[in-house]
Amino acid sequence: MRIELIRRPQRSARMAVLSPLIAIALTVVTGFVIFAANGVDPFGALYVYFIEKLTAWWSIQDLIVKMTPLILIAVGLSLCYLSNNWNIGAEGQLVAGAIAGSVLPIYFPDWGGPLVVTLMLLMGILGGMAYGAIPALLKTRFGANEILTSLMLVYVAGFALDWLARGPWRNPAGFNFPNSRQFSDDQLLPVIAGQHVTVATAIALVVAVAAWFLLRKTLTGFKIRVLGEAPRAGAFAGFSRNRMVLVAFLISGGLAGLAGICEVAGPLGQLRISVSPGYGFTAIIVAFLGRLNPLGIIVAGFVLALSYLGGEGIQSTYHLSDQIARVFQGLLLFFVLACDTLIFYRMRIARRRPVTAATVEAAS
Amino acid sequence: MEARPQTASTTGERPTRAPMLEAVGITKDFATLRANDNIDLAIRAGEIHALLGENGAGKSTLVKILYGALQPSEGEIRWKGERIAVANPAAARELGIGMVFQHFSLFDALTVAENISLALAVAPALGDLKKRIATVSAEYGLPLRPDSIVADLSVGERQRVEIVRCLLQEPELIIMDEPTSVLTPQEADDLFVTLKRLAAEKCAVLYISHRLEEVKQICHRATILRHGKVVAECDPQQETAARLASLMVGAELRELSAPEPVSATAPVRLAVSHLSLPAPHPFAVALDDISIEVRGGEVVSIAGVAGNGQDEFFDALSGETPSAANMVAIDGVACGHRSVTTRRRLNAAFVPEERLGHGAVPRLKLSDNVILTRHATSEGLVRSGILNFLSARGIVGRVSEAFDVRKGSPDPEAHALSGGNLQKFVVGREFDRKPGVLVVCQPTWGVDAGATTAIRQALIDLAGDGAAILVISQDLDEILEISDRVAVISKGRLSETRDARGVTREEIGLMMGGAHGH
Repeated sequence: MRIELIRRPQRSARMAVLSPLIAIALTVVTGFVIFAANGVDPFGALYVYFIEKLTAWWSIQDLIVKMTPLILIAVGLSLCYLSNNWNIGAEGQLVAGAIAGSVLPIYFPDWGGPLVVTLMLLMGILGGMAYGAIPALLKTRFGANEILTSLMLVYVAGFALDWLARGPWRNPAGFNFPNSRQFSDDQLLPVIAGQHVTVATAIALVVAVAAWFLLRKTLTGFKIRVLGEAPRAGAFAGFSRNRMVLVAFLISGGLAGLAGICEVAGPLGQLRISVSPGYGFTAIIVAFLGRLNPLGIIVAGFVLALSYLGGEGIQSTYHLSDQIARVFQGLLLFFVLACDTLIFYRMRIARRRPVTAATVEAAS
Repeated sequence: MEARPQTASTTGERPTRAPMLEAVGITKDFATLRANDNIDLAIRAGEIHALLGENGAGKSTLVKILYGALQPSEGEIRWKGERIAVANPAAARELGIGMVFQHFSLFDALTVAENISLALAVAPALGDLKKRIATVSAEYGLPLRPDSIVADLSVGERQRVEIVRCLLQEPELIIMDEPTSVLTPQEADDLFVTLKRLAAEKCAVLYISHRLEEVKQICHRATILRHGKVVAECDPQQETAARLASLMVGAELRELSAPEPVSATAPVRLAVSHLSLPAPHPFAVALDDISIEVRGGEVVSIAGVAGNGQDEFFDALSGETPSAANMVAIDGVACGHRSVTTRRRLNAAFVPEERLGHGAVPRLKLSDNVILTRHATSEGLVRSGILNFLSARGIVGRVSEAFDVRKGSPDPEAHALSGGNLQKFVVGREFDRKPGVLVVCQPTWGVDAGATTAIRQALIDLAGDGAAILVISQDLDEILEISDRVAVISKGRLSETRDARGVTREEIGLMMGGAHGH
C-alpha cells in the first residue's frame, strides 16, 4: 500500500486564501501538544507566545523592528522563487550587505548625515547584489545547483564577518569585545515612530508594494512568471533564462543586503560577529507563508516576527529553550507547504503497485 | 490466446452473437458539463468497432469509463452478460480489457523487453519474456526485436511495443486510441493486418479515430458520438465518408477553396540554406544540410514521421536554436543568429507543435499568453515596460471569435481549455498578427473537423494575401489539401520539394518510410 498524489484538475480559489490560515491553526494545535508534553500549561504558553506581545506598545515596536528585515528579504526571495531560482543564501547576502554598508562608518568615523546614510544603504545593496551574483554566475556558467552554492556561501560570509569583527574592524576602545565601534547618531537610520522604528520599515513597505507592481504590471514581472512556470515557453517568447537567473539573484541579494545594513545602522548600531538571528532563513518561510505575493508577505512577516518575540517570551516566562521559536517556524513552513501541496494535488491510497500505462498517463 | 477458436471472419460481416461488452445508459457529469449522456454501446467478439466523434464529443470519457480510469455517474457496464464495476485499470486488465494509448509511455533509454517488463503486474524473468515477445510479435505480424533500445525505434515500432505489451496480457477486448495518427500509410496498413488478425481470433477491438477512410476500410461497426450522445450506430461500409463526417459534425462540411497558383516571380520570403546543426541531446536529431525556399503566396509542407528532426528544424526556424547568420533569411534579412524576438519583428510568426508548455504557459491566462508571443512587435501591448492587459484581452476576444475558441469564462487560464480549443487559440493568436512568414507545426493536431477546415482555409487565405507559409505536419491528407509544394524530412535530412498536385499519398509515404527500413 502506498499514497499517491494526483493533480487536481482545478484549484480552489477559496482554499488558496484559506491555506495559510489553516497552516497557522495547525501550528498552534501542534504547539499546544508540544507545550503540554513539556509539562507547561499550554493555554498560558500559547497566550505568552502569540498574544502577550501584542498588548504593549513597546513590544509592538519590537515586532515592527523584527518584521522589517523579514519583509525586505522575503520580497526579494519571492521574485527569485517565482522565476524558479532557489536562493537559500539570503542570510549570507544579508551579512555581505552589512559588511559592505559598514565600510564608511568604520573607516570614516567622522562622516555623517543623510548623504552618508544613503551611501551606506546603497553600498549595503551593492554588497548583497555582488554576493548574490556568485551563485547566479555559477549556475549560468557551470550549471552548479544554486541551492547548494548559495547555502554554502552563507557560512563563508559568516566567517568573514566573524574575522572582521574580531580582527581588523574591532573597536580599539571596546575592551576587546568582538564589535566594531559604535556608529554615531548621524550614521544611523532616522527613527520615524516610537523609540526604535526606523525609516527601514517604511522602505520595506514601499519595496513590497513596488515588487507587487513589478510582478503584476510590468514586462519584467511577466518574464519572471513565464520563466518560472514554463521555461520552454519562456524561450519561445524570446526571454533569456540566464539573464533572469542573474536578475533574480541581484534583486534578492540586493534586498537582503539592504536588510543587513538596516540592521547594523538601526537596532544594532555597530557591526558584530553576528548581525542576524537567522532572518535570511526565516524569510524563506515568510515568502511561502505570504504565497510568494509581496503584499501577502507583509502579513506573513508580521506573523514570523511574532514567532521570534514569542520565543523570547516563552524563554523568560517558562524557562524553555529559545529553540522553541525555531520549532514553531519549522512547523509553520511544514504546514504551509503541506497545505499548498493539497491545493494542487489530492491524495489517494493505492493498495497495489500498478505501474501501468494508465497511471503514467494520469500522472503526466 | 492460443485457446481461442480459429474461425475465419471476413471483413464486412458482423458477428451475430451476444455482446462481449455492453455499456447501458452511461452518463458522466463533470461539474456542470455532461460529457457522456445516456450512451449505449455493444461490442461483440471478433468485431472491430469504431468509436467516432469530434474532439469533445465524449470519446475519451467513455473509453476511460470502460477502462476503469473513471467511474460513470449513471448507467452500467456488462461483461459477457454480467453486470460489473470496473474499479480501476488493473481490474479492467484482469477482466481481459487492454488499452493502447495514443501517447506512448515508454522509457527511451531502456530496451523493448525492459519496457514491457516494467508494465506487467507480474513480470517473468527477462529471458522468458523475450521469448514470449518474439512469439507474440511473430504471431501477429508485429516485427520487433526485444533487445532494441526504444530511442532507436520509429514511432510505428514504438506503437508495436505498446501493442505487444497489451497482447501479452491476453486481452479479449483491446481499446485503441487513434492508433494511426502517428503512422506512415505503410505502417498503418501493417497495423490493419494485425487488427484483422486479432478480430479473426475473436478478440474484440474498440477503435477510436476520426479518420473516416480507415474506419470504412477495417471496421465492422461504428458508434458515432456528438456532444456526449450517440447520434448513430451504423455499418461504416454501407455509408459514405461524407455522411459519416456530417453525422460527426452535425452539418455538412464546406469544401476548401483551391489554393491559387503561385507565380515564379513572387519574392522568396523565407529561405533556409545549408542548415546543419548538431543534435542538442542524445535523443535528438541532428539537422543535415537542409535547404528550402518559400515564396510569398505559397504553402510549402514538410511531411515526415515524428521524431525525424521536425522539432529541431522548427526551433532553428523560430530562433530558439541559433545557427549561422546566413542559414535562415526572412524577407532577405539574414537572421540565423538572431533571436525569436528579432524574427517576430521581421513579421514572422511561429506555432510550435506542443501547445502547453511551449506555445502557451498552462497556468497563465489567455491574455497573458497573447503577450507571450506579441510583447515585442510594437502593437502597444507593452509601453515603457508596463503591460497593457486591456489590449491583450481585446485580442483574446478577437481570436476567440475568429476561430470559435470555446471557453468557460472570457479569459481563463490556458490549461482550462480543451486541447483542440487551445490549438485554435495558439494558431489564431499568430494569424491575428497577419504575419508575412508563418511557420506552423501540426496546425490541426487534435482539432475537430469543423475547426480543421477553418484553420486550413485560414492558411490558404493568408497565403493568398502574400504570406509565405511553411507547414510541418504528419497528416498527409492535410498536406495534400493545402500545399503548393511538399518535401519530406527523414533523419534530419530534407528531400527535394515536389509539386503537391502531382504527388500521391503512396509516393510521400514511401519517401517518409524510406529511411526506416524494417
